[in-house]
Amino acid sequence: MSALAETAAAVPGTVARRVTLRPGRILAGLFLTAIVVAALVPALLAPQDPLAISTDGAFLHPGAAHLLGTDESGRDTLSRMIYGARPSLIMGLGATAIGVAGGTLLGLIAGLGNRITEGAVMRLIDVVLSVPELLLALVVITLLGTGVSNALFAVGFAAIPAYARIVRAQAHIVRRATYVEAAGTLGIRRVTVIWRHVLPNAVRPVLVLATIGIGGAIGAGASLSFLGLGAKPPAAEWGDMLSIGMQYISNDWLLAAIPGAAVTLTVLSVTVLGRELRRRSEGRTGR
Amino acid sequence: MRTGSLLRRIGFRLLAGVGVLWGAATLSFIALHVTAGDAALATVAGQGANPTEAVLRAVRHDYGLDQPIYVQYLRYLGRLVRGDLGQSYQQRIPVAKAIAEQLGPTVQLAVAAALVAVLLAVGVALLTARRRPWIGSLSSGVELVLTSTPTFVLGLLLLIVFSFKTRLLPVSGNQGLASLILPTFTLALPIAAVLAQVLRTELEEVLEQPFIVTVRSRGMRDVAVRVRHALRHSLVQVVTMSGYVIGSLLGGAVITETLFVRQGVGQLMLNGVTNKDIPMVLGIVVFASVVYVVVNLLVDIGYTVIDPRLVTR
Repeated sequence: MSALAETAAAVPGTVARRVTLRPGRILAGLFLTAIVVAALVPALLAPQDPLAISTDGAFLHPGAAHLLGTDESGRDTLSRMIYGARPSLIMGLGATAIGVAGGTLLGLIAGLGNRITEGAVMRLIDVVLSVPELLLALVVITLLGTGVSNALFAVGFAAIPAYARIVRAQAHIVRRATYVEAAGTLGIRRVTVIWRHVLPNAVRPVLVLATIGIGGAIGAGASLSFLGLGAKPPAAEWGDMLSIGMQYISNDWLLAAIPGAAVTLTVLSVTVLGRELRRRSEGRTGR
Repeated sequence: MRTGSLLRRIGFRLLAGVGVLWGAATLSFIALHVTAGDAALATVAGQGANPTEAVLRAVRHDYGLDQPIYVQYLRYLGRLVRGDLGQSYQQRIPVAKAIAEQLGPTVQLAVAAALVAVLLAVGVALLTARRRPWIGSLSSGVELVLTSTPTFVLGLLLLIVFSFKTRLLPVSGNQGLASLILPTFTLALPIAAVLAQVLRTELEEVLEQPFIVTVRSRGMRDVAVRVRHALRHSLVQVVTMSGYVIGSLLGGAVITETLFVRQGVGQLMLNGVTNKDIPMVLGIVVFASVVYVVVNLLVDIGYTVIDPRLVTR
């Protein structure tokens, strides 16, 4: 679920290098392309209205009329899955953006500030990191209330400390780089140096990690909906669909399994491509 | 000399841990204060109740809410030190008591999952490190899938396969060992996958070290080389991931307990969130923070036992 776990798992590139066989990457790319298309223009792909109750009946097994069957109210499962792509992608991208933005700000303050500022920010991050990401997200939801946008903010907020640590470590490296010193010696204003030289170079490795984080955020967002804290019925959202499907698991286990598979495949595809991206970016910097 | 530096190391860690807890307590106090609105109102009034100003004033006085903020803060810290996590808005009982009542099942689940995760990871890594390439690819492929599968989906799959399709294991409940198996594996498998990845990478590096060649040249069998020499070196890397493991266990407990309809602290937390029971939620978070710090401290001490170099250095 976390970018931190990913950095931990990302000890030297050997793992990633062997995991992703070429067909795996191609399949991941194809699947994600389909998800993105579904998110952008769901009406183009979906055979039916995701909220419309069909007259064919409830709990239909997959068949010609309904490729993935129908749910407990007789709605077309495939259409609901397709419409569920958009909230998932928005969750993944939005929460990661919040995490990276907040993390970059805190990380730069710590990495470029004086020792007292740095100490204060890093201790604060230590404190927040002592609380698991999911619990942190739950605290945010308790304070703000449930709902899709609050869940998105909660997932993003919970990711901030992990990103902040990475940015701060990068900022430390970059600020001692000769080109930054040179810029300082040339009399370029400090703000300009930070904006033009430090920021882009400190953030680039974070962006690579963030692509993997998008997958984690999608999973976390679906978890919150599963817990009943994010999207609410009858929304076409994978986590919520799974949670509803759980109630009817003895009637039709597919109702829960299909959204579960969609979340997993999306997270997996994002991770596979993200790791490939990381492997390449590391290769370029000569690691 | 050795015990001296060991004690100093532990002392530093202890101090850092206390610092983290103080920070967590402070953040929790701030959150309580900024958001609770009027704690007196929340304490007295259920929804719709309309207490008089005099009653509110009395309650504020009873709870010390009319004191200056720093007095309240110090009192709050004092109560925390004595193990008082505050009063639940919704259940009207001390948060510490509520946690204590629900702690048993969660500890059972978390400890079982931690054991399974570590044993699985060590076993898999020992068996797959530096074998034929396809073995490595297969196991890292499986690990990748497991780490990408959200906890609730993994638990659901296990439920479908072992409870609904084959009826081998019970669906839910707190009774008996059988009902602990599925939740344990749900919680343990993703952690095991991450640990196995790290451990294998580490083992593969260690197995190329000169001292391994020396040991092998003395005629030691492969199994013994791996278990007695390489494993000890590699475990150092695993120990550094204790924070990740604890975090996953505590966070995963919320999901797992919901999925398998188990009682526990995770359920207590979720109830607190849905009922906006802020003292309950923050109390559990502070408690989680204490668990995190204490376990990390213990692990850190264990670390120096595994790797004596840290002390003599």
